[in-house]
Amino acid sequence: MKPRQTPLYDAHRKLGARMVDFAGWEMPVQYTSVIAEHEAVRGAAGLFDVSHMGEVEFTGKGALESANRLLSNDLSRCADGQAVYSGLLNERGGFVDDVVAYRFSPERILICINASNRDKDFAWMSERVVGVKPVNRSDDFAQLALQGPRASAILQRLTPADLSPIRNYHFSEGTVAGIPCIVSRTGYTGEDGFELYCSPEKAEALWLALLEEGEGEGLRPAGLGARDSLRTEMKYALYGNDIDDDHTPLEAGLGWIVKLDKGDFIGRAALERQKSEGVGRKLVGFELTGAGVPRHGYPIVSGEKRVGEVTSGTFGPSVKKPIGMGYVPTGLASEGLNFAVEIRGRPVEAKVVKTPFLKKH
Amino acid sequence: MAEYPKNLKYTKEHEWARKEGKSVVVGITSHAQEELGDVVYVELPKIGSSITAGVPFGVIESTKAVSELFAPISGKVVKVNESLTGSPQTVNEDPYQAGWLIEVEPSDPRQVDQLMDASAYEKLVQAKAE
Repeated sequence: MKPRQTPLYDAHRKLGARMVDFAGWEMPVQYTSVIAEHEAVRGAAGLFDVSHMGEVEFTGKGALESANRLLSNDLSRCADGQAVYSGLLNERGGFVDDVVAYRFSPERILICINASNRDKDFAWMSERVVGVKPVNRSDDFAQLALQGPRASAILQRLTPADLSPIRNYHFSEGTVAGIPCIVSRTGYTGEDGFELYCSPEKAEALWLALLEEGEGEGLRPAGLGARDSLRTEMKYALYGNDIDDDHTPLEAGLGWIVKLDKGDFIGRAALERQKSEGVGRKLVGFELTGAGVPRHGYPIVSGEKRVGEVTSGTFGPSVKKPIGMGYVPTGLASEGLNFAVEIRGRPVEAKVVKTPFLKKH
Repeated sequence: MAEYPKNLKYTKEHEWARKEGKSVVVGITSHAQEELGDVVYVELPKIGSSITAGVPFGVIESTKAVSELFAPISGKVVKVNESLTGSPQTVNEDPYQAGWLIEVEPSDPRQVDQLMDASAYEKLVQAKAE
């Protein structure tokens, strides 16, 4: 199947981006250098095209209740204008997807889903939902992520709205460079920043306005390569790598997105059971103490035994170390414990460390 | 500096080889480092080990990918660039000088002459781009 293109495809090509197929989308992996783009986001700002992400909307009376029954986190505890990271779980408590749900009001909930799961999630939600039917709005939005310590200053100059009351994981509707947007203080990098949802027709104008406004402050376009190393340094899970249908939030160290006391939701019974029995494996962050770079799929071994697999790994440009994550038996999951990652047939020492890998900076 | 210096010989796997007295210094081309992206790790053979033309002798890893390094000639490794352990990005910054990988004592000194010259290599890179 031919990969799809976002509304910013031409803009990426003009910037000389190297394009790759990601989840069926032709996306920029880098413009100049993954490390330079990573460092721009940590030190100034980066602009990402994340228009491949999908959106599903619930509108009308009972929208919140309908969405909430599909989610592990609790929209009823949010205020209007607040967003929440959540699991969309199956009956076994495994991740159908990890999502961000936006509460505009109890009558309007917008859920941002992963590109790789657009069709699966919508079908899942449509089949299981009680009450308000979801609408697939994925083709109605482009999404740009402006991330980094300079992001709010750059964005503020382009919008009449005061950004300071929009706290982390809150959002508002307004205009940026005259373009109507949902302005959300969220991201996937560990830095302050915003995700902007706008109509696909306006995406290129928004992209160019932001790049121009931020140029003098070190803003640069950033690709999926930097997005991956940035999120890995924060131990943010990537669907399909670190979490999937067979892994639960409790195993992934995401217990905080499970609200067992909120009322019924899909996956609750399985998670209650898992919580009382205890989890057998946990997603840990580790540092390679030997030489090499851990990569997705490499075996994790303890003694002679294969005990797990690396789910994500990279050389962390800011932590300046080879880092990774993977599921290991609970007995091996405590900070300071050692195991080995098998790299090209050789065991290389690794140590479980505190995460996020990147300390407050 | 020319992108493909005339005094070097090249392989289709994008390594270069340079005669220096009795030995041959080996690295990767400027095109190769650009394709790889930021180099974050280089795994090289031990001094004294043997390498065989066309067979991988090491591994180079960028932020994005793991790639094998292919030996342009057969011989014995007499030096490795230890400085790459601490600063692998030298391969990106200076692929033909400071970013060299290994120095080899060739088993057949004539083998290096049979590799591609700069213009043949340049044509190969251009053909690939089209």
